[in-house]
Amino acid sequence: MADNLPAQPDRPDGSRLPSAEHARSDNDPQPRAGWLGENLPASIGGFGVTWATMFRKVYTEEYPEVKRPTAPRYHGRHQLNRHPDGLEKCIGCELCAWACPADAILVEGANNDDTPKDEGGTGRFSPGERFGHVYQINYLRCIFCGLCIEACPTRALTMTNFYELADNNRADLIFTKEQLLAPLQEGMLAAPHPMVEGMDERDYYLGRITSATDEQRDWALAQQAAEAEAAARAAAEAEPERNMISEGGGAL
Amino acid sequence: MGLEEKLPSGILLSTVELLAGYMRKASMWPATFGLACCAIEMMAVGTPDYDIARFGMERFSATPRQADLMIVAGRVSQKMAPILRQVYDQMPGPKWVISMGVCASSGGMFNNYAIVQGVDHIVPVDIYLPGCPPRPQMLLNAIIKLHEQIESTPLGVNRVAAARAAEQAALAAVPTHQMKGLLAGGLG
Repeated sequence: MADNLPAQPDRPDGSRLPSAEHARSDNDPQPRAGWLGENLPASIGGFGVTWATMFRKVYTEEYPEVKRPTAPRYHGRHQLNRHPDGLEKCIGCELCAWACPADAILVEGANNDDTPKDEGGTGRFSPGERFGHVYQINYLRCIFCGLCIEACPTRALTMTNFYELADNNRADLIFTKEQLLAPLQEGMLAAPHPMVEGMDERDYYLGRITSATDEQRDWALAQQAAEAEAAARAAAEAEPERNMISEGGGAL
Repeated sequence: MGLEEKLPSGILLSTVELLAGYMRKASMWPATFGLACCAIEMMAVGTPDYDIARFGMERFSATPRQADLMIVAGRVSQKMAPILRQVYDQMPGPKWVISMGVCASSGGMFNNYAIVQGVDHIVPVDIYLPGCPPRPQMLLNAIIKLHEQIESTPLGVNRVAAARAAEQAALAAVPTHQMKGLLAGGLG
């Protein structure tokens, strides 16, 4: 059987196996290119394919560079919305927390307070009686099902298309109210501040408010001035004490 | 592990850190650990459309001996936990873990006796990825964030110093029982 086979079968393309060539090399009158000379052109030819592919159309997702838009109603990160004058829409009713199948939401409501701050008032954050004082969503429990959105009676809670949420620890993936609140748009004023003059909460929900009024802006400016004055007074009171401490340190 | 342990802190070590970080991040091979529906999205990332090979992960390794990234995709049952740990132990170091999806990260909506409430009870996790399941782009985003983490990994004496700093920060941090809301319940 074995005798019938050729000792060194030729390859289909006519070239010989390397061992056969090596055995013949002593008698070969023509100079040979050597191992590198034989294989280098093939390698460069292979890189040529790579090079040419670099200029072809890309068929894969180009994720970090080109972000393919999500569906318009994609269930991404939540957002706590505001009324057009900057008051929050959340009324702290906890319906979202009760609807959540994964127990990912924690809400603690508190009362809005219209009494001035220097009389011990805590401020007004939403039209009506109550507002969401503590609001946390645990994104390592949330399954983005949207039942909280369906449950929300004031459309305070909606979902955005943002999805890049990965992080390296569990604590940072519990989002608090500051992270979830919608950024202030044109004409909005950061809460707490009073409601628009002559409007009640029904008017807010019927969309009769278009932006913060001048009265609200004046109130916010006055509040800022009062706070700056209080801070300056506190600093002035602390100043003599610090001087005394530094003098005492110097004496020592 | 090698040369970097003997180097003094300074420009030499930081150069080795830079080089090793760059090499490590671009040559990771993931081990398959698909456990549930997240595995479908993980497989989608392996398809030519999303093409995980763009990040140096040519293929999902069928053996943990040739893998250095474990993507835990899906809920980990109590019965699966020792197997998961064994696969992790069989991987050669340096190795990393991505906890993909809410079930692997915290138990997700399965807050019951059958499911491990977070795979970080069993193996150290480097990146937590929310989503149920996360879309393929979210997994790619997690991989990119892991690359950033690997690139800035300190080595040798710098690693010891970083570990000490982390310990001091942990000792100075607010204890869990003084935290508010969801943060109070052991990260629920």
